[in-house]
Amino acid sequence: MELLLVSLLNGLVYGMLLFMLASGLTLIFSMMGVLNFAHASIYMLGAYFAYDVSRHIGFWPALVVAPVLCGGLGALIEMYGLRRVHRNGHIAELLFTFGLAFIIEKAVQMIWGLLPVPYRVPAALDHTLFHVYGTNFPAYRGFMLLVSALMFLAIWLMLTRTRMGLVIQAALTHPEMVGALGHNVPRVFTTVFAGGCALAGLAGVIGGNYLVTEPSMAFTMGPIVFVVVVFGGLGSLAGCFIASLIMGFVQTFAVVLEYSLADALAAIGIKVSDATALGEVLTIPLPRIGALLPFVMLILILLFRPRGLMGTRDT
Amino acid sequence: MIRFKWTAFAFALAASLLGAAGDALAQGTIKIAYTDPLSGPFAQVGDQNLQQFKYIIDWINGRGGALGKKFELVAFDNKSQPSDALLALKSATDQNIPIIMQCSGSNIAAALIEAVDKHNERNPDNRIIYVNCGAVATELTNEKCSYWHYRMDAHVGMKAETMVRALPKDVTKVYLLNQDYLFGQSVERDVKAFLAKLRPDVKVVGDELIPLGKVKDFSPYVTKIKASGAQALLTGNWGPDMTLLIKAGMDAGLDIRYYTMYAHLGGGATAIGPAGNGKVRSVMAFHENIAVETGKTDTEGWTKQFRTQHKFDFYAAGFRTIFEFLQAAINKAGSTDPTKIAAALEGLTITDMLGYQVTLRKDDHQILSEYFVGVFTKGVKYDSEGTGLGWKTEVTVPAKDLDQPNTCKMKRPS
Amino acid sequence: MSEILAHPGARPVPTTGAAAFARRHGPWFLALAVALALPWLFYDWSRARHSGFVVAMLSQMSMMAIFALSYNMQMGQAGLLSFGHAVFFGLGGYCTAHALNAVKGGSFWLPTELVPLVGGVGGLVFAIVFGYVATKQRATAFAMITLGIGELVTACALMFHTFFGGEGGVSTNRMIGTSLLGWSYGPSIQVYYLIVAWTAIAVALMMLLTRTPLGRMANACRDNFERAQFVGYDPSIVRFFQFALSGFFAGIAGGLYTLTYEIVTFDTVAGAMSANALLMTYIGGVGAFAGPVLGAVLIVLLQSWVSLLSNSWLVYVGVLFIVMVTFAPGGIAGILLMHEPLWRAGRLGRLAVPYARLLAPGVIAVAGFVLLVELCSFLTIGAAQGKAFKLSGLTIDPQHPGAWLIGALLLGAGGLVLWREGRRFRAAWEALVEEIKAGARA
Repeated sequence: MELLLVSLLNGLVYGMLLFMLASGLTLIFSMMGVLNFAHASIYMLGAYFAYDVSRHIGFWPALVVAPVLCGGLGALIEMYGLRRVHRNGHIAELLFTFGLAFIIEKAVQMIWGLLPVPYRVPAALDHTLFHVYGTNFPAYRGFMLLVSALMFLAIWLMLTRTRMGLVIQAALTHPEMVGALGHNVPRVFTTVFAGGCALAGLAGVIGGNYLVTEPSMAFTMGPIVFVVVVFGGLGSLAGCFIASLIMGFVQTFAVVLEYSLADALAAIGIKVSDATALGEVLTIPLPRIGALLPFVMLILILLFRPRGLMGTRDT
Repeated sequence: MIRFKWTAFAFALAASLLGAAGDALAQGTIKIAYTDPLSGPFAQVGDQNLQQFKYIIDWINGRGGALGKKFELVAFDNKSQPSDALLALKSATDQNIPIIMQCSGSNIAAALIEAVDKHNERNPDNRIIYVNCGAVATELTNEKCSYWHYRMDAHVGMKAETMVRALPKDVTKVYLLNQDYLFGQSVERDVKAFLAKLRPDVKVVGDELIPLGKVKDFSPYVTKIKASGAQALLTGNWGPDMTLLIKAGMDAGLDIRYYTMYAHLGGGATAIGPAGNGKVRSVMAFHENIAVETGKTDTEGWTKQFRTQHKFDFYAAGFRTIFEFLQAAINKAGSTDPTKIAAALEGLTITDMLGYQVTLRKDDHQILSEYFVGVFTKGVKYDSEGTGLGWKTEVTVPAKDLDQPNTCKMKRPS
Repeated sequence: MSEILAHPGARPVPTTGAAAFARRHGPWFLALAVALALPWLFYDWSRARHSGFVVAMLSQMSMMAIFALSYNMQMGQAGLLSFGHAVFFGLGGYCTAHALNAVKGGSFWLPTELVPLVGGVGGLVFAIVFGYVATKQRATAFAMITLGIGELVTACALMFHTFFGGEGGVSTNRMIGTSLLGWSYGPSIQVYYLIVAWTAIAVALMMLLTRTPLGRMANACRDNFERAQFVGYDPSIVRFFQFALSGFFAGIAGGLYTLTYEIVTFDTVAGAMSANALLMTYIGGVGAFAGPVLGAVLIVLLQSWVSLLSNSWLVYVGVLFIVMVTFAPGGIAGILLMHEPLWRAGRLGRLAVPYARLLAPGVIAVAGFVLLVELCSFLTIGAAQGKAFKLSGLTIDPQHPGAWLIGALLLGAGGLVLWREGRRFRAAWEALVEEIKAGARA
């Protein structure tokens, strides 16, 4: 029971962190079909901007300033870069963001150095919120939960209650029709891209001091974010939310469940040991491959339901 | 005209790179090739190593170098790929450079050992020695050992034994957590073996392997560690796998000692932060407070000067030992011919900068030197990376305790 | 397009016979001759040996050319974007390494010349297994499945030691003494010739494949998969076959990798190698068959040679991509092919002057950009490493504003002039095209 509760809590926090990162990418990917390889790089920039701002002014202003900076950067990238590349096709856009990721990583190395920077949790949040069966639950993780929940709420409200949001929703599923109806689709694209980048920046502000802020953080965070986005499905923010939570819970529970395929086979009477063929593979306990399960799940869902969990549009 | 200059520049560079510019030794310097990741996600490793090498080479050249010639480092970026390291090797042999060094990545080291062996066998007039400054997989001086390979850092087995020897008497329950690839699996295996041999009273209450570089949230692992009642966590993790694990443990209020192998390297102190006070330990060859503790003021002054010039602490005492060995061997051999240097190096003993006797063992070319376990704590003279906390020696393990048996069947050149 | 620009004064295009063969495939034979002769250009006569670095780099180029061509079988010809192509390259390499060790151990006999074939078969088998799963989908779903497969195989390569040999990989010795030509394959130049031979074979086979019904149907599925179904072929079967065969050729490249480096490690299956394939193919040009070869040569040159000159080579790679995808999505081959109608109409010479006018400001702008990037790098990273910024014997101090001003000036002035000359070049180009069209109509 204790294990269940603690794992639920852990899985929830991790899932929400994934959602913060993936939400921006879902919007961008769904709307523009651009697999933005530089998304994790913008997340990294958000963390570094927050580090600089919190060093000179404070953490709370950084919560606002860093996402705004990232959003601005995203708008510039979209207006002067992606827009031009758009007519050359999706692969061209993908490679554009690829090249951008290289440049951003090198720029970060040159400006802030190659080592991790001491971007820390603010003192106001650096205490324990409550205890769960003897384990501390830090206040900062509660703060992360709060921010990501607010983020989800804000995006949902904006998409469903504002005019711009309705246009965006329409463009998520029928981009050409929206253009035909006379809306300024390029401006919508820029807004969405900038918004997605701002979300990534906010994720960086929150996640940068929880994890480690260093130049290789984009490279390590990248793949799992794509998995979440595609798993959740194109055109669906709710799908992204659910996918993040699922991934969070799967990875967390895999760590605490000490079973392997060999155990499953033993349950039906087949004995497997290290010596049997493929024994090396079958005796692997779940905790060892926990972090790989998202990729397995991705492959499975794409095989049977290529639009993802709640996708509204086929890829 | 600019265009002409660029063409000339490009040609000159191409010519020099392609080895047409002549012998590595003719200009009066002893060139040493060095390859490590200098770009990409692991660039900080090569970068910090380069800075420390430059400091050491300046110092040793100030002491006359070897045979009256100065040392010169020629750096090659291998981008963490064995194929690029082998390309660097080709470039080095093209220029008849006698020695190549590499510190990061046992996969690259394995590739280099094989390639150097084959090259030396097929080109006996243009040999090269491979000095391994940091690739620690145990089999590199056991199954994969080679006459032309010299390892100048303690290997995994030795580090594991040091870690076990540093466990205090009151710790009886330990948890093992390592990265799921050859290195991490070796740490797991060796730590268990040495626990059985040296501390049979200690019980291993948990044993985990995690996929390399993929886990971002260690809180479920921390939950398991807590449930097991372990008093110490032994891990060989490096990079984010180490720092995130420790951070998660501290966040959850885990009352445990962390024994690591890499917390003292660049970035570790910053990432762990002041919260790690008194909890985090690391198995290391050196930290800047050892000289203070043992009263070696000249060494203390030397490393102090490094930190005033650079933004990180000096940790690579082993690099200085390398050059002291090379200086001694080249002077003893009276030549910069790799075959003669190799013969002079094996079995050589020198005194390192902390005053200990260090030997290059003849049967497997593994260095035997003292090793330390330090604890990250307040109240030391030199702090790490501006955090206010630094390393303090908890346990010193003398070299003779680490003289482990080996299975090397070395093929010597006739 | 070429018909529109056909001009009475244009050279007649032979379509049959030996002349046609020479015209179409001449460049390939020329490339083969150049590849064989190139190591001798860098031969060190004073020491009577080849430059190991040059031979290794050329070997890498040829290997990567096969790898990139096999990737283009998926991307350019079948419209499949794959993020896990290195899996077949690496697995082919591993199979070859185990085979070499088995031959050396005496389990069976195989001539050294046929060893890459083992890699090819290995790549084919795994491509069949993975392709069965992956090719059920297309477009983004396919891409993400390959991403997942790539990540999983990389993780397995680290975790399992029986097949993958752990972190140190699987090492082997290519001197197994079973050569049909009597070569020892000790010297790397001999391995290089073997690689060139296999590259020629692979190129020929892949080119032939584009002419088969499978190749044509793959193109059809790429262009319009719904309509292709009406022809009677199931697009997923077509994709599957194309995927499997591309895995075969990737495996051959992997086998050649094993022969060259005599060690295979987990990074041969990792994402970085797959990304390499993508970059080489796209930069070279997906539309033309020879595009990936050009891309492979350029990228290997950048990675192996430029990285020796500068630690910021990744920035240059990034900028190159951005420039290419924005202004030249057809890649280098695309740019070259755009000139073909002009050449056929005999008007290519008229572009000499406009190109020359572009060259000077272009070089100046690039020089300024490189100078600024290197200054940045030396100021922050290089200085601490103790490297001095040396250029043709001059030491440049990054702290001094002078160098920065020069760099900014070169970039700014060069860029502006380039912009203006670019407009003029475009006008000249369009005028030429109009002239040719007018001549054709006349």
